[in-house]
Amino acid sequence: MAQSSTLGDKVYRTILFAAATSILLIVAAVFYMMVQSSMPTLQRFGIGFLWASEWNPSQELFGALPFIYGTVVSSILALLIAVPISLGIAVFLVEQAPKKIAKPIAFMIELLAAIPSVVYGLWGIFVLAPFIREYLGPVLQDNLGFLPIFQGRLTGIGMLTGGIILAIMITPIVTAVVRDVLEAVPNTQREAALALGATKWETTMIVLGNAASGIAGAVVLGLGRAVGETMAVTMVIGNSPQISASLFEPAYTIASVLAANFADATDELYLSALIEMALVLFLVTVVINGLAKLLIMSVAGRANASKHT
Amino acid sequence: MAEAATVHSKRRIINLVMTSLTAVCAVFATSVLLIIIGFIAYQGISSLSWEFLTDTPKPVGEGGGIGNAIVGSAMMTLLAAAIGLPVGIAAGVYLAEFGKNWYGNTIRFIADTLIGVPSIIIGIFIYTVVVMPMGRQSGLAGGLALAIIMIPIVARTTEEMINLVPNSMREGALALGAPQWRVSWNIVLPAATSGIATGAMLAIARITGETAPLLFTALNSRFYNFFYDQPMSSLTVQIYNFATGPFEVEHAMAWAATLLLVGFILVINIAVRYLTRKKY
Repeated sequence: MAQSSTLGDKVYRTILFAAATSILLIVAAVFYMMVQSSMPTLQRFGIGFLWASEWNPSQELFGALPFIYGTVVSSILALLIAVPISLGIAVFLVEQAPKKIAKPIAFMIELLAAIPSVVYGLWGIFVLAPFIREYLGPVLQDNLGFLPIFQGRLTGIGMLTGGIILAIMITPIVTAVVRDVLEAVPNTQREAALALGATKWETTMIVLGNAASGIAGAVVLGLGRAVGETMAVTMVIGNSPQISASLFEPAYTIASVLAANFADATDELYLSALIEMALVLFLVTVVINGLAKLLIMSVAGRANASKHT
Repeated sequence: MAEAATVHSKRRIINLVMTSLTAVCAVFATSVLLIIIGFIAYQGISSLSWEFLTDTPKPVGEGGGIGNAIVGSAMMTLLAAAIGLPVGIAAGVYLAEFGKNWYGNTIRFIADTLIGVPSIIIGIFIYTVVVMPMGRQSGLAGGLALAIIMIPIVARTTEEMINLVPNSMREGALALGAPQWRVSWNIVLPAATSGIATGAMLAIARITGETAPLLFTALNSRFYNFFYDQPMSSLTVQIYNFATGPFEVEHAMAWAATLLLVGFILVINIAVRYLTRKKY
């Protein structure tokens, strides 16, 4: 009896261990296969691949800079729009709204995260792009047209549209994390501030200040999502490997060049160049997500620590 | 005195403005959701018909539908769930029951990393290990890509759900002389079943909406295909192709297919929300 139960324990534990280890093996295999498949371009162009700006597969010119530029600029645009709004929503939900209102609103914002990327892309092409071409674009050009970022031809498809779509897509995740972080701030801090005569908003500012590293974590997590977002961006950013100061001009991101061109890449060097960019994207998202996790944990850990004292 | 009063009112005005602004943010974000869903419903409903739901794509102007895409999405989701659920749940049970050590922490970190990896990279990985050796795109490759996306998500939600099971249940069973695996399998898992099931449903909703990992693994197909070794159509890839094409008829079909897809995903999300609210 005792014998069979220890055997059962061993078998059970081994099966579970194998399943857990499979996650490790998958990530290792993804990394290995991408390094191996990008060897041809790694050997031929070296690290200069990253800042070469010419992209013309038919002439075997492979430079990743336009795609890195597009990824960075569209992600920064997304953060500039999404972070203030997400902070506002999270403060409203945690610090101000009564539970009865906060719960359904929080759920609706979570639903934004459930909508698939390709659906945002469809909506972006047929609703957001015309809106930018007909309304937002002309308004920006009339009032701020002296800025190089708002010059150029208005097609509705381009960097700005990509950034706005990304902003909508990362708002739910940034909001959710900021909410968790704010909820982890001990109530005694709010009570202390209010007791000293601070207004509701001044109290909120103190709470935000104490949650700063967690909020930074939420922003970094949002950046990670924006950098890797693929379908919606591919459908609205215009897919043109150029570096232009204008936000109305088409651009390209790493994820979108993979989505749009991978199927056509029959030539070995072309395929290898695309996979090397995928490798860059993989490494960047791993670092960003790891950093976000550390930042968020620092606040959650502190909250737990204060709970126990 | 008067100076103090203006400072005071200035603080009150700032307070009022800023607190209202946060409410505006919340209203703005919820309106975006309503606008998106509204457009999908309004644009999609006019093209929905029995023919559209059962027919295969035809040349522009001859009608056609997304029947094969519905079947393809269902088949690939099924394959992904058949692999992703058992592996993911087992990994989650490991993390909850035996994972309070450095190895568990490592797996937890790697799983979160994998959740954050863009899904298109999983598609490229499957392309190099399944599509290239097989020499062609297939439903198998698409299903495997979706399974990989599913495993870490299911593992982490399963772990959370098992952690909610009170320790007294474990202790009671162990005190009665049950071996550890019996306690885990017959006592803890059944207690966490409804939580794990809702997590599984959310994961299924998530992979049904994935496009990027299917683009060059499953590719697409104009025909009904019931075999996993052939290229397979999916709702999401079909929406992408319809939406980026030049024809208005196809754009209308993209909206209709989107209505179907988003309807399915929202129903699962709202159902899960309703079920879990009743419980806790």
